[in-house]
Amino acid sequence: MASEVAVDVSKIAVGAVGPGCKKVDPILIADGVKRQFGGLTAVDVEHLEIPRGLITALIGPNGAGKTTFFNLLTGFDKPNQGKWSFEGKDLAGVSSYKVARLGMIRTFQLTKALSLLTVIENMRLGAQKQPGENFFTSLIRPLWIKREREITETADSLLKRFKLDAKREDYAAGLSGGQRKLLEMARALMSSPKLVMLDEPMAGVNPALTQSLLDHIKELKDTGTTVLFVEHDMHMVRHISDWVIVMAEGKVVAEGPPALVMKDQAVIDAYLGAHHDTDLGSVGVSTDTTTLKLTAQETD
Amino acid sequence: MSYLLRAQISRYGRIAAVLAVFVAIFMGPAANAATPDPGAPNGSALLIKGTVKNEKKPVEGVEFHVTGNGVDEKVLSGADGKWVLEVANKGIYKVEINLKTLPKGVGLRDATANIREANLTITNTAAVLFPLGKDTRVVQPLGDQVLVRLFAGLNLGLLLAIAAIGISLIFGTTGLNNFAHGEMVTFGAMFTWLFHAELKMPLLIAAALTIILSAGFGWLQDAALWKQLRRRRLGLNQMMIVSIGLSIVLRQVYILAFDGDTKVLSSEYQTVNIGPITTTTSSIWSMVISVLTLGFVAWFLTRTRIGKAARAVSDNSSLAAATGINVERIIRIVWVMAGALTGLAGILYGLQFQANYLLGAQILLLLFASVTLGGLGTALGATVGAIIIGFVVELSALIIPIDLKYAASLIILIVVLLVRPQGVLGKKQRIG
Amino acid sequence: MDFLNILTLALGEMISPTTITFVLCAIGLSVHFGFTGLLNFGQAAFAAVGAYGMAIGIITFHLPLLLAVLMGLVASALFALVLGIPTLRLRADYLAIVTIATSEVFRYFMTTIGFASVTGGSNGLSQFGKEFWAMNPIPEGDYNLGFVSYRSDQLYVLAVGWGTIILGALVLRLLMRSPWGRVLKGIREDEDAVRSLGKNVFAYKLQALMVGGMFASIGGMIFVLNLSNVQPQTWTTNFTFTIWSVLLLGGAATILGPIAGGMIFLGLISLTQGIMGGLVEMGWLPFLTQPDVAQIRFILIGLSLMLLVIFRPQGLFGNKKELQFNG
Repeated sequence: MASEVAVDVSKIAVGAVGPGCKKVDPILIADGVKRQFGGLTAVDVEHLEIPRGLITALIGPNGAGKTTFFNLLTGFDKPNQGKWSFEGKDLAGVSSYKVARLGMIRTFQLTKALSLLTVIENMRLGAQKQPGENFFTSLIRPLWIKREREITETADSLLKRFKLDAKREDYAAGLSGGQRKLLEMARALMSSPKLVMLDEPMAGVNPALTQSLLDHIKELKDTGTTVLFVEHDMHMVRHISDWVIVMAEGKVVAEGPPALVMKDQAVIDAYLGAHHDTDLGSVGVSTDTTTLKLTAQETD
Repeated sequence: MSYLLRAQISRYGRIAAVLAVFVAIFMGPAANAATPDPGAPNGSALLIKGTVKNEKKPVEGVEFHVTGNGVDEKVLSGADGKWVLEVANKGIYKVEINLKTLPKGVGLRDATANIREANLTITNTAAVLFPLGKDTRVVQPLGDQVLVRLFAGLNLGLLLAIAAIGISLIFGTTGLNNFAHGEMVTFGAMFTWLFHAELKMPLLIAAALTIILSAGFGWLQDAALWKQLRRRRLGLNQMMIVSIGLSIVLRQVYILAFDGDTKVLSSEYQTVNIGPITTTTSSIWSMVISVLTLGFVAWFLTRTRIGKAARAVSDNSSLAAATGINVERIIRIVWVMAGALTGLAGILYGLQFQANYLLGAQILLLLFASVTLGGLGTALGATVGAIIIGFVVELSALIIPIDLKYAASLIILIVVLLVRPQGVLGKKQRIG
Repeated sequence: MDFLNILTLALGEMISPTTITFVLCAIGLSVHFGFTGLLNFGQAAFAAVGAYGMAIGIITFHLPLLLAVLMGLVASALFALVLGIPTLRLRADYLAIVTIATSEVFRYFMTTIGFASVTGGSNGLSQFGKEFWAMNPIPEGDYNLGFVSYRSDQLYVLAVGWGTIILGALVLRLLMRSPWGRVLKGIREDEDAVRSLGKNVFAYKLQALMVGGMFASIGGMIFVLNLSNVQPQTWTTNFTFTIWSVLLLGGAATILGPIAGGMIFLGLISLTQGIMGGLVEMGWLPFLTQPDVAQIRFILIGLSLMLLVIFRPQGLFGNKKELQFNG
């Protein structure tokens, strides 16, 4: 059963929709970010703004620079040029752990669920502002035990939400690949981040779990969290994202609501030109066009 | 016979073979080692001694200052050129020759080596040698001193290069940082001593035998140990720790088999003068052989099929395997080559300097310094790095106290790893 | 062969001051490697820094014992800083090489004639134990503990040493069960994951290096106070490798591990040497001599390192699920 949801583009973007367009309420603004490896330019983003409170997908063929861009934004890599700001704070040159403390948490393509820790310990590690993490305070238990209890409560409720509560005391090594993805996502939420950046959250997850993951990502929007995720699979993207940014060869080639982007010639060129074998779904079949009120189709 | 049974027998057979080799090493030379030292008043006393000769004639009245472990004494050499000091405690002592007591015109062959170590931790006697020659101290301007040091540095560097290529190849093809590599150098030195000095074989035959044995030792290490560990998929850092354990065991086996004293491989030397540089024929031969060997290795790695395959495996072993290269066979060949090369380095080192069980330990960090400086994994890099380290070790003697000579090269190692861990020639990869 | 004597000696060795030192150093290494994943092969240097720092404090600066101990600990922390700041971003095997090189450089510096006025050169330092021995509360005399008899001063050292170990173990337990310890365990496995959660990984590694180093420094101090002298040739690579064997045998990421590992390992070495010595005396091992037997301990150390790492890297008490060699 299909239902139609109207997306008012003017609430998201300012002016004309296109690569690098301004947003009504951006949470992250990047300018002139360039990353070169030897002779190869991996990232060359002139201007990009991520809208607050929405789910934005960053798509593109392999080698488009998506993960590199992620690494740059979150401080895991240094650009050759460029600056970007998060909630107005300048982030260029800020190290990765500081970026995380400012409220921008990322996950990794190759899941980094810490196998040598139990599930609950993984979760507790995700919390911030725990005085017991300071060396001297850690020696005096009464100083941190109260916060530890709070953290454990938050962890348990998240684990329940992600249906991992039964695995609480297991070492993360014993979880399946998909469960580890869920754990990493749940852990990322422990510090109530303002922006969650998911690097290929569906990669390596078996199809049965994909829907559950998608639902969790959608839930994030309900709590006011902004989501930016990298993904290959266009079907996923269409189902949950409010905004799509397309990268190819390091540059942003298209932006907009999913339905519009799918029909964009530049996007088609980028994918087919790069011989990427992603199924673009209904590109070329849809007939809805000219009006400002665009429709995005949602199937149950 | 079932597969499992065969595998078990094969494994135990290999372990037995290794043990047999070790026992053989025990029983052979160790039988000779029990003879008491002639000339010592009491067979079990702790002695530090030596003989000073200039142009084969003994020198009387040279003063030696011994310090360490609470001892601070001076002794003089007698009419026969011999001197001896009895001490109460085991340990390491420093012996300094008083250059003022040498006859006119006579000086140390190596003017900077006026302080030497006497190691009485294992044995009851320690012989300390101060080779004499023309007194070069007075007349040498700084420029000449530098030339002398450069020459010595080149010599040492070329020698280190031969051993360092072994480490580089092993690291390149298997990823292993082989901490037991120094002990392979000792292997070469010890067996040369056994064949040439003890069993009186002609030097060339002794050397050839030693190289063959060293190659075999390399083969044995891979076959009996490293291949099995690779099969078990042991992590690289775990294998590194295994190599550390192996180096300790080998060192002790050398003590048990060959004793803890310093061996002199050859007492025949002929001095040669090239301008301000006084050297020996063995040093010149060593450099010639080193250069020829390095040339051979270069030719091997670039022109032969196997050499190119080795470089391919070094670069990317799964890709190499995909093109049909038998990676395990290449690794075995690399170990055999490394064994032979390192054995040769041991022969050259032992002939020119000295040989004892600590040789490997002292040289290991120099080798790591060379390989790191030049760029881990590239044979050319190892050569370049080794020559630079050779220069550093010898030139540093001009500026810093002699007993910090090795410390200088270690500091270089540390600095290189911190500043440019990919070395001078290596590719920049993620080091941290 | 007097087996009872050999056994008694071995049992005595299990609680001896040497064992105390190795246990403390191994506890330190447990913080470095077991809990944080740092391949520190220079633990001997930390022990030496503590020992020399304290001895120099007493001899050169005429400090009272407690302040001298503090000086040794401060020296240890500074050493950890100097060592750690440039090296902690290095890959694991590079860190191993750098720490060995640094340890050897330190030993050369302590031996060199140039600094001998402060360090005593190859003779080392002595005559710094007066205040320590004066604090001995145990009255003069001999005391019987089962088969072994101890003098009052020997008992004193044992009490101080084991008291320190128990105190240290308790502190370590506190630390590792705290959120601070949890961060270390995360770092051990994957630094980037921990960074992405907002923790300053570099600072934690440095802290771990300092804490582990201080344990070793205290071990070094007890060692030299017992002997009343400090010499450079003690702090060799063999010293470090013995610590590693003790740690791996007991279990790298545990608190009981270094203690049990130290007692068992050093006890076994003593036992083996005793038995072999007896066998040699009886003529059963014709190809070995008594001095050879003294060297057996090193073969045991080398072999145990190899066998433990290959067959049982988690040691006696470790948890295989928790062990990580990072490569």
